[in-house]
Amino acid sequence: MKRPPMTPVICAIPLAVVAICVVGARWIVPDATEQDILFGVAPAGSPGHRFGTDQLGRDILQLAIAGARSAVVGPIFIALGSMLLGLLLGSLAGYLGGWVDLLLTKYADLLLALPTTLIALVVAGLIDGGYWVTVLVLVVLFSPTDIRLIRGSVLAQSSRPYIESAKVLGLGKSRIMFRHILPNVMPIALATMLLNVAFALVAMSSLSFLGLGVGPGVPDWGRQLSDGRDLLGRNSAAVIVPGVMIIATAAAINLLGDWIQERLEQRARQR
Amino acid sequence: MSRYFGRGTVLRFTLVRLAATALLLVAVSFVVFALLHLTPGDPARNLLGPRVSSPEILASIRAQYHLDDPFLSQYFHWLGGVLHGDFGTSIRSNTAVTTLLADRVVLTAQLAAYAFVLTAVVAIPVGIFAASRAGSAVDRTINVGAIIGVGAPSYAVGLLLLYVFGVNLDVFPVYGSGDGFLDRIWHLSLPAITLALGIGALVFKLTRTAVLGELDQHYVSFAVSRGLSPQQVRSMVLRNAMIPVVTSLGLVFAFLFGGTILVEITFALQGIGALLASSVTFKDIPVVQAITLLTAAVIALTALAVDLFYFAADPRVRKRAAA
Repeated sequence: MKRPPMTPVICAIPLAVVAICVVGARWIVPDATEQDILFGVAPAGSPGHRFGTDQLGRDILQLAIAGARSAVVGPIFIALGSMLLGLLLGSLAGYLGGWVDLLLTKYADLLLALPTTLIALVVAGLIDGGYWVTVLVLVVLFSPTDIRLIRGSVLAQSSRPYIESAKVLGLGKSRIMFRHILPNVMPIALATMLLNVAFALVAMSSLSFLGLGVGPGVPDWGRQLSDGRDLLGRNSAAVIVPGVMIIATAAAINLLGDWIQERLEQRARQR
Repeated sequence: MSRYFGRGTVLRFTLVRLAATALLLVAVSFVVFALLHLTPGDPARNLLGPRVSSPEILASIRAQYHLDDPFLSQYFHWLGGVLHGDFGTSIRSNTAVTTLLADRVVLTAQLAAYAFVLTAVVAIPVGIFAASRAGSAVDRTINVGAIIGVGAPSYAVGLLLLYVFGVNLDVFPVYGSGDGFLDRIWHLSLPAITLALGIGALVFKLTRTAVLGELDQHYVSFAVSRGLSPQQVRSMVLRNAMIPVVTSLGLVFAFLFGGTILVEITFALQGIGALLASSVTFKDIPVVQAITLLTAAVIALTALAVDLFYFAADPRVRKRAAA
């Protein structure tokens, strides 16, 4: 299936905007969380507030720009952490085989059967641990897919002629694993990591929509949407701005990740 | 006897799967019970909630929940109650957890069922359609839509739908769950569409891949070269492609049941999911335990049913189990 090569370019635009928001929010919108309770809700188009304000008189657009940080940083760490776990445990399972493989596969199967949002809500909610505990819980819940993926890729590489020859040459197990198998697994691991950022973004912001993860007062897209829910009739921009931000970010990452994965698959087929 | 219990017989397969499911549920129940002790703070104080505490009341709570017994014996007390349909008393509302759940489970089940029907009726035909036009502009457009749909958070989509159809166009209600059958369907339409969107995109992808995979098979080229009519070929392809799709539908239902939390909160529906979210915030542990265990049971039993269906529908699986 051929898609126009403009996919990565189109996806890069919203991602660049989000990246600028994450890095530069403190300079672009230093007063994003400034409240003006007496001012209260103003509809979109009010003077000084293009998209209006929320219940606390905070500017919707400024809040959404500042909210990119907590919406994106955690998910990046979730994707990184779960892929590290995946690389470690997946390559162990794939390369060692035997009972290690059986144990790790069963563990992954068990975690996969659990509904992520529900478990994260219950565990993170009852522990009450804040942002980074939520990130940690999601790392654990995201790791089984990565373990499976890496295990499968390691197995696929292991049966290839070049590994056979490496074995015949008498290279050590760890040398074959790190110098020969892993470099060939990395591309698919990185592409999957990108996709995981999108899923983690959704999971993390869903939790903050439910009132978990980010602390009170911290700007966050999920939190902003749950506040904006009650404003639908008065200032619908309070829902539209953060809603479009989340959906656009997730969609751009997903489309880009899908595009890269497709290229990788094509390359693998051509070999 | 060996005719019924030998390798690969339906009965043996069923028994093994039943045992595995039971074992899984026991393990889950253990974790769910441990939630009480995982929650920071003194369990007795947690179970007391905001009620006025005095040493006597705390002692009575400790006695009521057997908190001074060893952990395992506490667990068995709790499990004994659960097996008799007793999940304890809700801390927040001071009513039996089972009564609380009974009031709300219907709405959640209706929502999940509605979303399930939408998924099956829309995603599968669209998947077949896209596969039949693989590579065309229509196929590519639907695919991009599916990728976006899989990745979009349901609550954000729900709120935008609420804005467009509830506030702006005013064709669907913004609040409430409606009385009577038709009114209920009308009220649950937006929530069900929201719930079905993400999982529907997945089912679409699965259907499309399955149909394309079957079209690639040798028997299709053979059938075409033998001059079978397109209708005959299509019915062969669809029958084979539907095996993975139908089996996935079982898991879809389980997923939907667990996925109602965000949608119920978004649309202010008083179902099980919304109850779970507020109970977690309120640290109403007996309610959290009951809902978590029930959801796990629904998922495990659906997975069991799917496996059995798969076993019955696909002779190759039976053969592999026998080998």
